[in-house]
Amino acid sequence: MRLRHILTGASAAALMASAAHAERGADGQVNVLYYQAISIMTPYLSSGTKDIDGAALVLEPFARFDPDGHLVPYIAQEIPTLENGGISEDLKSITWKIKPDILWSDGTPVTAADAIFSWKYCTDPEGGCAQAPYYDDVTDVEAIDDKTVKVTFSVPKPYPYTAFVGAQSPIIQAKQFADCLGANAPSCTEANTMPIGTGPFRVTDFKANDVVTLEANPNYRDPAKPAFATLVLKGGGDAASAARAVLETGEFDYAWNAQVEPEILAQMAAAGKGEIISAFGTLLERLHVNQTDPAPALGEERSTVKHPHPFLTDPDVTKALSLAIDREILVETGYGEAGRPTCNLVPAPEYQNSPNNDWCLKQDLDQANKLLDDAGWAMGADGVRAKDGQRLSILYQTSVNSVRQAAQALIKQWWNEIGVEVELRQIDPAVFFGGDPGSPDTLQKFYADVEMYADNFEGTDAERYLGQWVCGEIPSPETAWQGGNTSRFCDPAYDAARAEMSTTTGDEDRAKMTIRLNDMIVNSAAIIPLIHRGRVSTKSKTLGGVEMNAFDSELWNVADWYRIK
Amino acid sequence: MLAYAVRRLLFAIPTLLVISFIIFLILDLAPSDPTANLPLTIPQDVRQQIRLSLGLGEPMHVRYLKWLYQFAVNEPMHALEQLTGHHFSATPRVRVLSWQTRSPVVDLILQRLPQTLWVVGLSYVVGILIAIPIGIVSAVRQYSWFDQIGTFVSMVGYSVPTFFTGLLMIMLFSVHLGWLPSIYDTNLRVTDVASFWAQVKQMIMPVMVLALFNAAQISRYMRASMLENLTQDYVRTARAKGMREWVVVMVHVLRNSLIPVVTVIALGVPQIFGGAIITEQIFRVNGLGQLLITGIQGADIPLVQTLTFLFAALIVLFNLIADLLYGMLDPRIRYD
Repeated sequence: MRLRHILTGASAAALMASAAHAERGADGQVNVLYYQAISIMTPYLSSGTKDIDGAALVLEPFARFDPDGHLVPYIAQEIPTLENGGISEDLKSITWKIKPDILWSDGTPVTAADAIFSWKYCTDPEGGCAQAPYYDDVTDVEAIDDKTVKVTFSVPKPYPYTAFVGAQSPIIQAKQFADCLGANAPSCTEANTMPIGTGPFRVTDFKANDVVTLEANPNYRDPAKPAFATLVLKGGGDAASAARAVLETGEFDYAWNAQVEPEILAQMAAAGKGEIISAFGTLLERLHVNQTDPAPALGEERSTVKHPHPFLTDPDVTKALSLAIDREILVETGYGEAGRPTCNLVPAPEYQNSPNNDWCLKQDLDQANKLLDDAGWAMGADGVRAKDGQRLSILYQTSVNSVRQAAQALIKQWWNEIGVEVELRQIDPAVFFGGDPGSPDTLQKFYADVEMYADNFEGTDAERYLGQWVCGEIPSPETAWQGGNTSRFCDPAYDAARAEMSTTTGDEDRAKMTIRLNDMIVNSAAIIPLIHRGRVSTKSKTLGGVEMNAFDSELWNVADWYRIK
Repeated sequence: MLAYAVRRLLFAIPTLLVISFIIFLILDLAPSDPTANLPLTIPQDVRQQIRLSLGLGEPMHVRYLKWLYQFAVNEPMHALEQLTGHHFSATPRVRVLSWQTRSPVVDLILQRLPQTLWVVGLSYVVGILIAIPIGIVSAVRQYSWFDQIGTFVSMVGYSVPTFFTGLLMIMLFSVHLGWLPSIYDTNLRVTDVASFWAQVKQMIMPVMVLALFNAAQISRYMRASMLENLTQDYVRTARAKGMREWVVVMVHVLRNSLIPVVTVIALGVPQIFGGAIITEQIFRVNGLGQLLITGIQGADIPLVQTLTFLFAALIVLFNLIADLLYGMLDPRIRYD
């Protein structure tokens, strides 16, 4: 009897607690820490993920991705599809309907004109918009009526959810940015730092690269949200101390990107004030295997398709190299909660993660040795395999980064064990990723046999990402070393299948297509997938409602956050 | 003295011009790319367009002259217009804009100045206040236990890096004891006793870490200078006249010993404005040092160029001030 009383009391208290959440601003302040401080509050002029996340508190797109990679309408009433008539039969246009009651934080209604303006703003050639690819192939954005926007494409788009979808291409207010088009974009300091948005918060004070102070948007569409009256987005410092501020001292409620050695992070979490949260998007740490010959003797023709690689075009050699790697150990030493082994190029979302390639998950040195023996690579007296006078010797490059360098050292050791000679090389990240055609050290020039880095794609549709692997995307002197096909993979069957994908509609069929293309690449000689990398952040145990998301901004559902009392 | 000061100031102009050009050259020749921090998913042609929109398409000398004009003409004119409310021209002046934040660099610097002056400036003052008495006692009681401990502490203070002492203090006072905040709140406004106390609490650790480092350096100078003077003839004369030891040390020896120390202190002042990059990062003070380091990481060339140039100008200025102070304090030195 007494127990029942206690239980009813407890559940009543729980009910009251949840009732208390049902009021805007009831939970006071939430403190969020980004160790890379926010520089600007618009993704269109941003210099990195942190700005995109910061802007996501204020600016919203028509639809966002949820943690499973599915679309959720934000400014839009519903997700347009072929079935509900939102996408035209010829796949060349998509029509979005704006929620009727949605207001900007200054109290004025959101109209089709704002969406049209956002498109013009980002596609102005003088503006230097960082998110221009989101508006690729868009020929026109027009208003059917005040609340209906039609986006027209130049080509059929089986996947039209690019413009105005996700944290990177939100709607900005036409009135506020009217004078900020083109070359004027950078000088609109006020609009760029304190944008008027439809999101749960609005900026009250902006200190660039330091701290952003926000308050609940009085015109937010859900009168009960957000639960927090103010949000402080502090920046600066490093990843380890940011995690400490949540896990050990409890000064902050949420800290972004806990890129800390797994052991240290676990030690901090043991203090009991907070927890580590992670989500896995499409980021993949991989080894690209050069299909062309990078020998310096070839001069201008190094790493071009004119000279195939002397031994790395053999899928068995690549397979042996892949089998020699113990991915579990790489995860344990370098990534912890932030990584898991994978053999796929497209590791997420779950519905398009190929189930067919598990052979690489377990290290198998015997099998690796056997593959090389069978291929005719005989072990030499110095412990290095050779065939027809060609030694199995590899130059392995990556960017300067402690985790990558540790992985490099481990992989070198494993490869040495199967008779492969390895020379390591590290390049400054700004140069390696810089893409400067004048530098010999870019990842696109690939003057090495294998190179390691991480890459991903935004959103959930892999079409463009897989499009990087077609023959036409191979970087070469003729294309000023531009192009995403760094491995120089070229297979006409793949190109044909990839072309087929651009006419495939429907989520399910596209997922099948993605898996098919993924399998073609990962079973070729061109790539060794290593680690599926996730986002790792830390949150206080008193912060509720957090749903870590790897397909959109991490702060995508900040309106639902509340204080656990 | 005045003629000397004017001559030095005039000579500083070509010096600073050369310095600004050298800074520009170094930054321009260094491999840096403002789009390097963008996610890899952003294609190269978009990056190229961003670079062009930042003005990187123009030849180097044009970019240098543009920066020079914006900094040396537009910025002072803008400040003047803000002060007087009078507009000299109808077109808005192009100010030096940061690439990362797209806001005027000078505004960013002004925003950062208070916390840097408070934390780094105060640590300098505290450092001096600790260093001078230690230096005096160490010299007067040379090789006593106090001198030995003082030498030991200053060696430790000088050789242990601030990122170590800073972390040690955070582990002790924030994590284990929970007394002090480990993160500096730049939004805090001192309005009453409670907020003043909060400000003091958040300043204690960064100020002490830096003060220890500064004190270590200055106390050594002070000790050496005192020792040098204590053996001079005028000290023996003073003692022979029957003056008390206190007067001998505190009036005669101290005043003379301070001359070189004051110079050292004046030469160190520009470092205050330079901020303390590491300490500011550890405690997230987000002052000028942190501004500079984020600018460097983001290849924000206008910001780095302007900040570095201002530091250079301050160093030139404080060198002049130190020279003038020397002349005023030491009657033996005359510049005319």
